[in-house]
Amino acid sequence: MADSVFAPWNDPEAKPLIQFKGVTKRFGDFTAIDDLTQNIYEREFFALLGPSGCGKTTLMRMLAGFEEPTEGQILLNGVDIGHVPPNKRAVNMMFQSYALFPHLSVYDNIAFGLRREKKPKDEIHARVKEMLRLTRLDRFAQRKPHQISGGQRQRVALARSLAKAPKLLLLDEPLGALDKKLREETQFELMDIQEKTGTTFIIVTHDQEEAMTVASRVAVMDEGRIVQVATPDVIYEAPNSVYVADFIGDVNLIRGTARARPADSPPEAAVEPTPETKPAPPKATASTSASIAERTGPQPNTLGRALHDKLLSPIFGKWIEDEPRRLPPPSAAEAPRAAAPQTPAAPPRPQDIPPGGLEIDWSTGQAAIIAANGDPVLDGEKVVLALRPEKLGIAKTRPDAPNTLKGKVIDIAYLGNISTYHVEIEGGVMVKAQAANTRRIARRDITWEDEVWLSFTATAGVVLKDE
Amino acid sequence: MRRAVLIAVPYLWLLALFLVPFIIVLKISLSDIALARPPYAPQLDLNEGWAGIRAFFTGLDLENFTFLTTDDLYWKAYLSSVRIAAVATLCTLLVGYPIAYGMARAPQEWRPTLLMLVILPFWTSFLIRVYSWIGILSTEGVLNQFLMGIGLIGEPLTILNTNTAVYIGIVYTYLPFMILPIYSALEKMDESLLEAAEDLGSSRLAAFWLVTIPLSRNGIVAGCFLVFIPSIGEFVIPSLLGGSDTLMIGKVLWEEFFSNRDWPVASAVAVVLLLILIIPIVLFQRSEEKAREAGR
Repeated sequence: MADSVFAPWNDPEAKPLIQFKGVTKRFGDFTAIDDLTQNIYEREFFALLGPSGCGKTTLMRMLAGFEEPTEGQILLNGVDIGHVPPNKRAVNMMFQSYALFPHLSVYDNIAFGLRREKKPKDEIHARVKEMLRLTRLDRFAQRKPHQISGGQRQRVALARSLAKAPKLLLLDEPLGALDKKLREETQFELMDIQEKTGTTFIIVTHDQEEAMTVASRVAVMDEGRIVQVATPDVIYEAPNSVYVADFIGDVNLIRGTARARPADSPPEAAVEPTPETKPAPPKATASTSASIAERTGPQPNTLGRALHDKLLSPIFGKWIEDEPRRLPPPSAAEAPRAAAPQTPAAPPRPQDIPPGGLEIDWSTGQAAIIAANGDPVLDGEKVVLALRPEKLGIAKTRPDAPNTLKGKVIDIAYLGNISTYHVEIEGGVMVKAQAANTRRIARRDITWEDEVWLSFTATAGVVLKDE
Repeated sequence: MRRAVLIAVPYLWLLALFLVPFIIVLKISLSDIALARPPYAPQLDLNEGWAGIRAFFTGLDLENFTFLTTDDLYWKAYLSSVRIAAVATLCTLLVGYPIAYGMARAPQEWRPTLLMLVILPFWTSFLIRVYSWIGILSTEGVLNQFLMGIGLIGEPLTILNTNTAVYIGIVYTYLPFMILPIYSALEKMDESLLEAAEDLGSSRLAAFWLVTIPLSRNGIVAGCFLVFIPSIGEFVIPSLLGGSDTLMIGKVLWEEFFSNRDWPVASAVAVVLLLILIIPIVLFQRSEEKAREAGR
């Protein structure tokens, strides 16, 4: 990551604002938070994401001081705040219900916290005015909460929690009560305000789009543990577990058995940026690469293939569509399987497939899927290939791609800008593919019951250990 | 048509059960005492025609009201009633608020039972319940025996037949009327408001004063009026538990009616009492209206 990018979590020198050290919270027999250790840095917009009951709200309430940790420490600027009451913490919270005082005007709601500090009157007035301006509520200062709209109430709650200039602002599902359009606008407003004030924000949400939009880092939680913490793009592109892959966005999970691919050089497992909590992938050791080298079968006739691809493919493509079973001989990587009589002919392999990685046998009668970014350590293991629908191409003719799957369109979800195609692959597996609707729908050539080809590159998916 | 009928029902009710009796009482208060049955004059005699009606109206005067101002017993009784009712209302509030608060903060599944327990005393006759306080408060009563038994006091306390006993009686009797409106106000309150107040830097106690009390204000006002209004005119409690020096207008009224058989003066006392009560009732209604507007 470049130096200019805000990423204190990658800087070993950076001092975290919040440190969870082995924090456990139990309610009777129920463990809400299970031995959690996590650093959160200044100016971060940190999102806690997870299904209801995963412990994200408990974590936030511990930060606010409404719950005390059963075990472990919570440090704010290096000071243990685990047992400090909420009114003595430099932490403010914006409640899910907003919790605006119904008997006080907007102005008095915002001034509430400042008045508790016994600050001089004109100072309070100036600060409230500033907050009103920041949240564009000047005109509503004298209204009562029941006299303003939901979006305005949300902004009052934000202004009130920011008024005391806390070191840390906690937002508990802050946009849950707003409709979609307003929510999206407000997300950008939140980011804007966070940047202007330089406050550290921690947001709890179950809406993954919201978390991805606003946060600098997203923590995906499950059953009291943080499963993965990373920037939104890493969480999306390189989930560290099937749980994260499945929780964030839409994904095809293809289960199979991994097989190491021959590599010219020791394979680079981590093509993607390594997520923070991901256990450091064991580098392929010398012995591993040696064993891979031993397994390498005869190399394909590269000259013949190049000629074939360059000269014959235009004709070739058409020919495949009509008679897909009469394909040229399989590549060396698939040679052992080619012997099997039911194996369909292997697809054409472009030359630029990166070497190394894994192949995944996922269905009898189907070619193995090449995942050049797979970690060879997983050789022989049960794995899951997580494949985002938008990374799959869909076509009526067989495309020239490292991985192709033939299937039938079962369903099309038309979302306006994009369409999601539900394709049943031969053998019964359902795979979703997404395509932008660049042409008018009347001119779309793929429709229900059509035979189609799905294709994806050798690095499109993420190979994860099956849990 | 249907609407008119619907609206007419409460008005007919008010007419038959409030306005007509009130006009009768008002009429008696303007009459003179007479050794007759009924014990006042004039009577309306429609057989005499127009002359009879005229005679009837000329017979009415404000004499009884002027009489009330000549004897200081009456205004002292009014004043003392208001004072006793006010003190008793305050005591009821102080006892009732914590109970209502506890109920509203109790686990959801307990609340119906707790509500039931608050209403339960109504299932026993009011008179019996007040009588039983005599057994508790008298010199040889349960309370004194208990306190002497544990050695807290050497000789019995005189509680019965004092104003203290009247306060105890009123607090006991009217407590549910205080608890229920406060409970309903507190129950509606969102608990996250208190967390928000704490989060913004106020202590628990400050949060209570700044948030809980203002938000239960409507319940407090309603409860106070519900206790204050009936206890001004209270008769049973002061006459059973109070002493000879307990001066309350309800007792005076009783004596005028049944000891002196002076119905006109008694009616005048009742009319003035009603006028005194109308002031807090109007205030109460105005505050209710305000609350309804604010709640919208």
